[in-house]
Amino acid sequence: MPYLSLTEEEKKSMLGEIGVRSFDELIKDIPVSLRDPKILLSPSLSEPEVQDLISKLGRKNTTTRDALSFLGAGSYEHFIPAAAIEIVGRQEFMTAYTPYQPEASQGTLQAIYEYQSLMTELTGLDVSNASHYDGATSLAEAALVALKHTDRLKLLVARSLHPHYRETIRTYLAGTPYKVEELGFDVKGNFNREELTAKLDASVAGVIFQTPNFFGNVEDLEGISEQLHANGSLMILTANPLSLGLFKSPGEWGADIAAGEGQPLGLSMEFGGPYLGYFVTTQALMRRIPGRLAGLTEDADGKRAFCLTLQAREQHIRRERASSNICSNQALCALAACAYMTLLGKKGIREIAEINWDRANYLRQKISKLKNFEVDSGSIIFNEFRVKSKKPFARIEEKLMAQGIFPGVALELFYPELKDQFLVCATETKSKEALDRFVEALAKC
Amino acid sequence: MLISLDDRLSFEKSKPGRRAVSLPKGRFSDGDSLRSIPKGLLRQTSIGFPELSEPDIVRHFINLSRKNFSVDTHFYPLGSCTMKYNPKVNEWAARQEKFTALHPLQSDATVQGMLQILWELEEGLKEISGMDRFTLQPAAGAHGELTGMMLVRAYHAAHGGPTRTKVLVPDSSHGTNPASAALFGYHVVEIKSNSHGCVDLEDLKQHLDEHVACLMLTNPNTLGLFEKNILEITKLVHQHGGLLYYDGANLNPLLGIARPGDMGFDIIHINLHKTFSTPHGGGGPGAGPVGVKKHLIPFLPGPLVEQTKKGYAWASHSSQSIGRVKLFHGNVGVMIRAYAYLKTLGKEGLRKVSEAAILNANYMKEMLKDTFRVATQGPCMHEFVLSLKSFAAQGVHAGDVGKRLLDFGFHAPTVHFPLVVPEALMIEPTETEARETLDLFIEAMKEIAREIVTDPEKVKTAPHTLPVRRPNDVLAARKPILSYRDQVREKVLLAEAAA
Amino acid sequence: MDFPENLRYTKTHEWIAVQGTKAKVGVTEYAQKEISDVVFVELPKMGQVVQQAKMAAVVESVKAAFDIYAPVSGKITNANKALESNPALINQSPYAEGWIFELELSSPAELGTLMTAAQYHEAVQQAPKH
Repeated sequence: MPYLSLTEEEKKSMLGEIGVRSFDELIKDIPVSLRDPKILLSPSLSEPEVQDLISKLGRKNTTTRDALSFLGAGSYEHFIPAAAIEIVGRQEFMTAYTPYQPEASQGTLQAIYEYQSLMTELTGLDVSNASHYDGATSLAEAALVALKHTDRLKLLVARSLHPHYRETIRTYLAGTPYKVEELGFDVKGNFNREELTAKLDASVAGVIFQTPNFFGNVEDLEGISEQLHANGSLMILTANPLSLGLFKSPGEWGADIAAGEGQPLGLSMEFGGPYLGYFVTTQALMRRIPGRLAGLTEDADGKRAFCLTLQAREQHIRRERASSNICSNQALCALAACAYMTLLGKKGIREIAEINWDRANYLRQKISKLKNFEVDSGSIIFNEFRVKSKKPFARIEEKLMAQGIFPGVALELFYPELKDQFLVCATETKSKEALDRFVEALAKC
Repeated sequence: MLISLDDRLSFEKSKPGRRAVSLPKGRFSDGDSLRSIPKGLLRQTSIGFPELSEPDIVRHFINLSRKNFSVDTHFYPLGSCTMKYNPKVNEWAARQEKFTALHPLQSDATVQGMLQILWELEEGLKEISGMDRFTLQPAAGAHGELTGMMLVRAYHAAHGGPTRTKVLVPDSSHGTNPASAALFGYHVVEIKSNSHGCVDLEDLKQHLDEHVACLMLTNPNTLGLFEKNILEITKLVHQHGGLLYYDGANLNPLLGIARPGDMGFDIIHINLHKTFSTPHGGGGPGAGPVGVKKHLIPFLPGPLVEQTKKGYAWASHSSQSIGRVKLFHGNVGVMIRAYAYLKTLGKEGLRKVSEAAILNANYMKEMLKDTFRVATQGPCMHEFVLSLKSFAAQGVHAGDVGKRLLDFGFHAPTVHFPLVVPEALMIEPTETEARETLDLFIEAMKEIAREIVTDPEKVKTAPHTLPVRRPNDVLAARKPILSYRDQVREKVLLAEAAA
Repeated sequence: MDFPENLRYTKTHEWIAVQGTKAKVGVTEYAQKEISDVVFVELPKMGQVVQQAKMAAVVESVKAAFDIYAPVSGKITNANKALESNPALINQSPYAEGWIFELELSSPAELGTLMTAAQYHEAVQQAPKH
């Protein structure tokens, strides 16, 4: 074992110094019937063997770089600056623990504080936590905050919200007194306003919307926060954070909580994780925030210092009455997002949003001209959109996959009524040639 | 001022006009089509991100990293946190583009290598823990506990019988245990520890009835003791129809030595970021796979990976599944690291890890027992707890000793936990530390014990060698400043007040 | 330590000052010392019905959260808003500016179960030292 330091001699002498004759004396509390279980594992590999194995397994995968991918639906292929990768790779960040000892963790603490600062700027809300597991769980916690804060029992969730998010919220609330009701969408895929008005009664704690929604449409939320607040309900919004470089922020829409997925902010797709749940809210809900918060203060000598704060909300202090049970979060992913946003800067965040918008809109224009495919050119989109195929999508997917193209995510998997429709995503990673190649391949279907 | 001591935020270093990342200039869609977006949908407020060049930013963050203690730079004997060395081949594996550039919704045929890793990792975890099936979705230990409580609820709901409303936890448990149970409306009941620091069987019996849903247990417990009555405990709870949940935070000393599944546990979570050597990342990401015995498999969150004739595939949820607890498939990057570790360990490495972890802890305990009071008697497992109560006369607290240790170049142990020990210092050396390091730490502890008597102020006001000293957490909590926006607002308010 | 004669006390270290059918509630000098620096107070809502010996408010320090129990049952008629901006009032003036809430008594007979200053003083003497 390359990671152990004790030599056989040292072990022997340490047993002697402890005052026992054999190791077994140290584990005498373990009932004999439990000891030495039969464990079937392959033999230990040397490092070159491990590297070889990993490479071999890697070769069994076809990545989004090997192929030309238009997959989105909650995980996005983006450019990640090399400097961001180097910063996150610093082992002083990576191999540190939670910053409970502030003197030994000013680096992590300041980075979290800067992450919180960047997220409040981006979302236009007051207070950001230090991170949550991912978009789905962060949104489930937001649902719990709304239910507890308003002391009401029902939650309305737009059906145009990511299906995994909806499922996670349902899992979190199953078996509790809380209920979830869904709001349908219209032909364009936007949430149904009349249904909202009809369902918004005195039992509704909050309403969850996504923009751009799961179908890629930027939702018009004009007047929604006023309507919800007049009813005593909270507005919870989940937005692709990169889209906020161009489109209205949760703060501008009057949302009470912005909670969602931060993966587009410099995290690779990594087959679904680790990602970054963001949670940003208003001053009024500050004490209900789940998870850690870094704050600015002074040290004993009057110097600027950072520390974890408002910890009395958390499980290690309040135990069964904590605002959430979360302990470990996704700190390193928050650091990645922090480095990414800092590298983009004030101008870059707007530019990258524009480029995403440009690539997706160009692709949609081109596909709209194909005879076997339909798109809704009137919807406002960010970097993905819905395509309806006149032929069975499974056949099209098969044909394109054979040419090394991942054409998009079949919507029928999540919405049985959307047969032969698929979600296509194009980000700044796509060149004009790549987009044209995709369109040509589709044209031949 | 030294650049490395500069404590300004990136925001405070910003200069209008500076840029770091360069992005493609060309636009493909028609020139003015951005104008086709209705104004009502467009962002009206500016985004106050800082403006800096790439070298400015790199220096900013690298200097921040140098203000951290970390496993790669320091000994980190944090009890119950298992701060072992994070092998670099794990990092190498997780960074391969063949894994990082996989989209989670790719078809099974294109991700066979990836699915094989998840399958084999699950197989390994099953063998090591003695459980029958795992979900890899949970993102951390507490998330695993949450999933576990959902499984408990779903299982009892499916089996009818009396309403089970109580979850039992020992008074020495981690805070996440009661917090997780309470999230689902369970009434949390604390079971007392006996004078040896283990579950008090008599107290347990008093609380066992038809309302018990589950007992949550860490074994070895947070005092570093193996619950020697474990077989009787699990039998008693089962007799009353309750389930047993194993908090895997302290699994590190049991690899190849004993298995929670054999002890009678029904549900367990494993912290890959502890026992399986993946880095803590300054607080995360971790991974908290949840394993169950056969009778609970139908309730697991889905999808799960299956091995079929055509290769590996995602199988859809069973109809009794509690449903998904997370987006996509969990913290896959962490799983790849754990997989590489598992392959390095192999069958013969398991026991070596746990033996060295136990040996290191007992050695330190033995060397320190004459200077500090050890909270328990006899040998410990992978960690032990010292009590500083004997130094009460000098007014020195466990937290002060932790701070003073920082001056000696050691991270503080876990302080003031478990709650059952007054003035607790909980020490877990892990198996990857060399004897020389342990000896240096022991020397430092003895030196601090001397200082407490000769110069208690030095200990009470430590640390003396770090960038900051004792940040005022009372001020931070009374007047929360949680972002640069808050700072700016605060400044404006102060200026107004002055005017 | 100061335990005013005109107040009644609970085992859980709350004081109550009764005036007719109304009463003011806070924590004792002993409790504020144990809690140390108060950083936040979660006040009860107006009109909230509280029961004797059940949680009515929470006082937080940086290291712990303490439940404040209602000494007697009743309906909350007022809460000390000054604590929102200045929670330290509980440390500085536990019996005056640091009061926490006011309630309308629903079962005045419960007052008989509370301790006098002398009884409370004795109870505190016997409490284990931390």
